[in-house]
Amino acid sequence: MEILLQQIINGLVLGSMYALIALGYTMVYGIIQLINFAHGEVLMIGALTSWSCIGMMQSAMPWAPGWLVLLLATIIACIVAAALNFTIEKVAYRPLRNASRLAPLITALGMSILLQTLAMIIWKPNYKPYPTLLPATPFELGGAVITSTQILILGVTAISLAILSWLVGYTNLGRAMRATAENPRVAALMGVKPDMVISATFIIGAILAAIAGIMYASNYGTAQHTMGFLPGLKAFTAAVFGGIGNLAGAVVGGILLGLIEAIGSGYIGTLTGGILGSNYADIFAFIVLIIILTLRPSGLFGERVADRA
Amino acid sequence: MANVWPTAPEDLTMKQKNLAKWIIGAIALLVLPLILQYFGNAWVRIADLALLYVMLALGLNIVVGYAGLLDLGYVAFYAVGAYLFALLASPHLADTFASFAAMFPNGLHFSMWLVIPLALVLAATTGVILGVPVLKLRGDYLAIVTLGFGEIIRIFMNNLDHPINITNGPKGLGQIDSVHIFGFNFGKNQELFGIAINSVSMYYYLFLALVLVTVLVCYRLQDSRIGRAWMAIREDEIAAKAMGINTRNMKLLAFGMGASFGGVSGVMFASFQGFVSPESFSLMESVMIVAMVVLGGIGHIPGVILGAVLLSALPEVLRYVAGPLQAMTDGRLDSAILRQLLIALAMIIVMLIRPRGLWPAPDHGKSLEQKT
Repeated sequence: MEILLQQIINGLVLGSMYALIALGYTMVYGIIQLINFAHGEVLMIGALTSWSCIGMMQSAMPWAPGWLVLLLATIIACIVAAALNFTIEKVAYRPLRNASRLAPLITALGMSILLQTLAMIIWKPNYKPYPTLLPATPFELGGAVITSTQILILGVTAISLAILSWLVGYTNLGRAMRATAENPRVAALMGVKPDMVISATFIIGAILAAIAGIMYASNYGTAQHTMGFLPGLKAFTAAVFGGIGNLAGAVVGGILLGLIEAIGSGYIGTLTGGILGSNYADIFAFIVLIIILTLRPSGLFGERVADRA
Repeated sequence: MANVWPTAPEDLTMKQKNLAKWIIGAIALLVLPLILQYFGNAWVRIADLALLYVMLALGLNIVVGYAGLLDLGYVAFYAVGAYLFALLASPHLADTFASFAAMFPNGLHFSMWLVIPLALVLAATTGVILGVPVLKLRGDYLAIVTLGFGEIIRIFMNNLDHPINITNGPKGLGQIDSVHIFGFNFGKNQELFGIAINSVSMYYYLFLALVLVTVLVCYRLQDSRIGRAWMAIREDEIAAKAMGINTRNMKLLAFGMGASFGGVSGVMFASFQGFVSPESFSLMESVMIVAMVVLGGIGHIPGVILGAVLLSALPEVLRYVAGPLQAMTDGRLDSAILRQLLIALAMIIVMLIRPRGLWPAPDHGKSLEQKT
């Protein structure tokens, strides 16, 4: 029972990170129908920027408490990631707005490789230990353990989701975003500026990704230039899982994927009598995805979307 | 322009010019390795690998270019072919299983004539198996499922060394036989008519022959009933269905055909390298093949070939140029990094300047009637 509870906690933590990243994919997809393959790299840049900031701040102002350093580093990382994603959209996706769907897909892939390479040049390819800035003593919870970092991750995810749903549901920007996702041409006729909406979407997505990246790095204690790839892939899976283009679907998809992965990797050894180890955990996500999509071809909450590659 | 009844002499000269172009091209392709091997075998190897990528890109072009199904896990079929040959023509199985060693004391050494059809069938079957559950999916959903499928295959290759050692895990399989055809060993240096020909050059000719077969098959497919059905599905699936095309079978056929090309290339890759490991079949590899197809000109055979050659050979050539640059930046910008940087920039810049690819299909999006 303790194992189950523990894996549920781990799964929720993992899932909430996936959910934050998946939102970035799904918002962009909802509006311009592009799989933003560089999204995972924005997460990585956010995490590495915060790592550098933390290092600088710790030597410049050693008196500052851990939470303040983390907060400042997060803010700076979010600004950097937002500026980066804004630029990427302007340079690599906007000129291809009217091209075939595959052209921006290739520039997105190119961007992803480019960012990884640049990060490797700037930060060197080695693994960087990500400092623990919060009290490290774990809390007991019915036999399972939860760290303060994990509690913070769950809290920050909840707050981010609340802010985002307010932003999308109750502000002018949100209304413009929903209108553009529904029908860009009609939205433009109604006085919405599609370019501005798309830029805003990329900025919001980048902020969520940077937050998720910092969480990811502090949860696992390392940061590196390839760290964006796997969470990016999983989050994209989560977005498709929930029905790409659907915000609530991305959150549910992310959390479900995290739970499936954690519970799966916790039990796969005992279920198969030790034949399959936890190194098969990554398979779960994809197998579940294939099953779900076979049953529901447009995801859990997805509507029918435009087709073809 | 093209007259149905060519009578004028201009047409003849056009034909002669074309013929001359073909002959020059053929001679250039034939002597290329002999010139390259003069500069060192590394250069011939680059040409060999470029030819393998041409085969892969043409195979993927059937799925993505003709049928319009975005497949991000294509490398899985390459892996299926490579691992099939690695298991059938290396001492691994005999070394691992005592019973196996008892049955085949000399180890398994399958003939190419058996392996190639086997790889073709196995890869095609894998392709169809992948196709069946994802038939209903479209566009990006299909992309993510194929991507997941590729990852699943890779994870299995990486972990199937326990409890039964089949793939030898991340260490990979080595000592794979080189190609023997009609008792002719491609793995040894030969002397033909007084010219020394290295093993890598021999492989070049083998791969070139296979590429030519592939190109021929692709051209025949493109203009066949099947090819037109694929393109109809790509342009408008519902209309294609209404016209009486069995979209389900056609899509499965596209998956199967594309995959079989990948499988055969995989066999060639395994025997050429003599070693396979999961590292060669990462998602990045699939992505590169998609990039080759799109960068060159999706659905257009010369374009796809151009894309494959550019993206596979150019970075390797750049590796040699990168040395001085590495010294200039005191080791920060080494050749591998520079290579990645240039590939990434090429992908972005080419797409921005020519969104339809470097050498796009001339008839893309037009009705088929205008073609003839």
